[in-house]
Amino acid sequence: MSGVHAHTVAYVRDTMLDQKEPPSTSVGAIGWARQNLFSGWFNTILTIIVLGLVAFVLGNILPWIFSPTWNAASLSECREILAAAGSVSDHGTSGACWGVINERWVQLLFGFYPSHLYWRPILALVLLCVALAPILFASSVPAKLIYFSALYPFIFPWLLWGGTVWGPLAALAGVVIGYVVYSVLSERVNALLGLIVGVAAALIWWFVLSGYVVDGLSSILPIGLETVESRNFGGFMLSITIGVVAIACSLPLGIVLALGRQSDLMIVKYLCVGFIEFIRGVPLITLLFVASTLLNIFMPPGTNFDIILRVMIMATLFSSAYMAEVIRGGLAALPKGQYEGADSLGLDYWQAQRLVIMPQALKISIPGIVSTFIGMFKDTTLVSIIGLLDPLGLSNAIRADANWNGIVWELYGFIALLFFVICFAMSRYSMYLERRLRTDRR
Amino acid sequence: MKKTVFIGALTVAGLAAGAAAAGTMDDVKTRGKLNCGVTTGLVGFAAPDASGEWKGFDVAVCRAVAAAVLGDPAAVEFVPTTGKTRFTALASGEVDLLARNTTWTFSRDVDLKFTFTGVNYYDGQGFMVPKELGVSSAKDLDGATVCIQTGTTTELNLADFFRANNISYEPVPIETNAEAQQQYLAGACDVYTTDASGLAATRATFENPADHVLLPEIISKEPLGPLVRHGDDEWADIVRWTLYALVAAEEMGISSANVEELSKGTNNPEINRILGTEGNLGEMFGLDAEWAKRAIMAGGNYGEVFATNIGENTPIGLARGLNAQWKDGGLQYAPPFR
Repeated sequence: MSGVHAHTVAYVRDTMLDQKEPPSTSVGAIGWARQNLFSGWFNTILTIIVLGLVAFVLGNILPWIFSPTWNAASLSECREILAAAGSVSDHGTSGACWGVINERWVQLLFGFYPSHLYWRPILALVLLCVALAPILFASSVPAKLIYFSALYPFIFPWLLWGGTVWGPLAALAGVVIGYVVYSVLSERVNALLGLIVGVAAALIWWFVLSGYVVDGLSSILPIGLETVESRNFGGFMLSITIGVVAIACSLPLGIVLALGRQSDLMIVKYLCVGFIEFIRGVPLITLLFVASTLLNIFMPPGTNFDIILRVMIMATLFSSAYMAEVIRGGLAALPKGQYEGADSLGLDYWQAQRLVIMPQALKISIPGIVSTFIGMFKDTTLVSIIGLLDPLGLSNAIRADANWNGIVWELYGFIALLFFVICFAMSRYSMYLERRLRTDRR
Repeated sequence: MKKTVFIGALTVAGLAAGAAAAGTMDDVKTRGKLNCGVTTGLVGFAAPDASGEWKGFDVAVCRAVAAAVLGDPAAVEFVPTTGKTRFTALASGEVDLLARNTTWTFSRDVDLKFTFTGVNYYDGQGFMVPKELGVSSAKDLDGATVCIQTGTTTELNLADFFRANNISYEPVPIETNAEAQQQYLAGACDVYTTDASGLAATRATFENPADHVLLPEIISKEPLGPLVRHGDDEWADIVRWTLYALVAAEEMGISSANVEELSKGTNNPEINRILGTEGNLGEMFGLDAEWAKRAIMAGGNYGEVFATNIGENTPIGLARGLNAQWKDGGLQYAPPFR
């Protein structure tokens, strides 16, 4: 058949045709648009409507955003500038008044922190990134950096609040004392007794002895930083401080609570269940009111129990209850075989948790954990209701300045932008981590 | 760890309880700072400026007291309080003095156990309407939509007023003054009602203030003043007479400009007694002779404080009205310094 064919056809091509460029309508920007935006009449109509909407919104917002008011000193000056620039609509001048951000952005970031000490919160933030690096990007930084991460919880409060250097050193010494007592006793007697006596020794050191030692040492060698009172904390510094502490403390607390809830020990189990259900059953704002007003009434007059510390404790407790449930979800998602496999290897409870269960459970829970973190960070704005000047509280205080009274969108926009940057970064990191750990268990 | 900090703090608190019974003035003097409760921000009355320094009409009271007691108007720790936290902050001792434009009422004085030490601003609830509405009296507001802050006495006053006049209204509940401004300007309500000082401050921020009028009716009495805890009369006396010293100073013509010169001695015995060149008024409540002089130098006399913070030359532009000296037909009246 083919032979016949070969004789009847005058020309047979014996080489391949060169590949042609695809038609210009199906590649590049045009091709992309045809494929994604204009495939079919229905999608074309939708695309045109949406483009029209976007153009309408941007056409209204962009002229508002790009207004030449960066150097104005008051709202009325903004209006003069706008009127001179000719952006006047029927409701009066239209355009943002950025002068308020120009004048107050430092205050929105640092609150009332003394301006000559701004380097301390900045340094604390930079060091925070360094301390987080071995935890967040374990594969790409030297492993030794983890020691710095362990020291960071003692450096952080010292940098922010200042005071004598012996305070954080004494707190660190408490940990060392506790650990030494534990390791000596657990070798000589047994682990449980070692743990109890170790914790007790550390507590005695922190609450009884360290005070005298710190006083003594600081009178001999007064090395320290200028003290900054909690009341001077404000703005994003306050949000980040509360957020970082609550986030950092709630994860370990949440793990302990989640394990406690699944424990076979009845008292431990019901304590954990009770705690989690109580905290989750109460709004955060109630806890903040307890921290700010109720505790004041319970405690004798003249007590000075730092308000920010109180708020941090409440925020930590609150997010740890949510964290516990997120992690319990991860634990529940693990097949039973994993638990049995760990048991069959002869691992004890803690070894099984540390080596087999937790790494998998935490991997599964990453999206939930990061959601809780982001939620916690945004919840820090609730402290404005109890009179702490976080960015939202400060925006109200700034509006109380006669020069800026009446400005709303510019301040909220600026605050929203900063919150978005931080929360978006957390969210992207969680996606990176998920990709790296591949939690979908293929 | 966190729990133990808490329990530890409670224990320490229990131990410290015995020591905290001394008078407020001694506490302030040992601390070297006056803890003064202010609002988290109210135009003209208290607001931090760009460098974080608090300024305003209520703030001036705090500074005057700090100057009288500690000799330094800057020795004040300002504690921002909200409407909800202010009374616990004072009752628990977190602040020594609350100057947070708080209305003097029977129940706050008697039931909440506070002592109001005078009135630094006589306010009252008023109405603002757009001029184009053509309303000249609040009694013409039948059927109007009213922007009203929820959970305040203004809400109750409004209901009382409309009921007494047998007219109806539709409330538009709002949470903050900033929200009220937006809603009112957007036309969500015909009328905005709050304290007259707040209305004036709000109107001053509008692009065309002349398009809006404040109605003549003032439907409530809002005497705003500093307050302290019940049971420490020495401290209450100091706050009360510091405020009176500012008022009396205006009446006698003592101002921050001439106080230095007048304190060298004058022919007016009452001026001399206030400024401490005659008599021993300061000594009677445990301060030195120049307490009032320092209080006046902190921000000027009552009239000067009024003029710098909320007076007619400020953007807020409040007239003295009820807050004029008694000689000028107002209510500001200081008892004799004798």
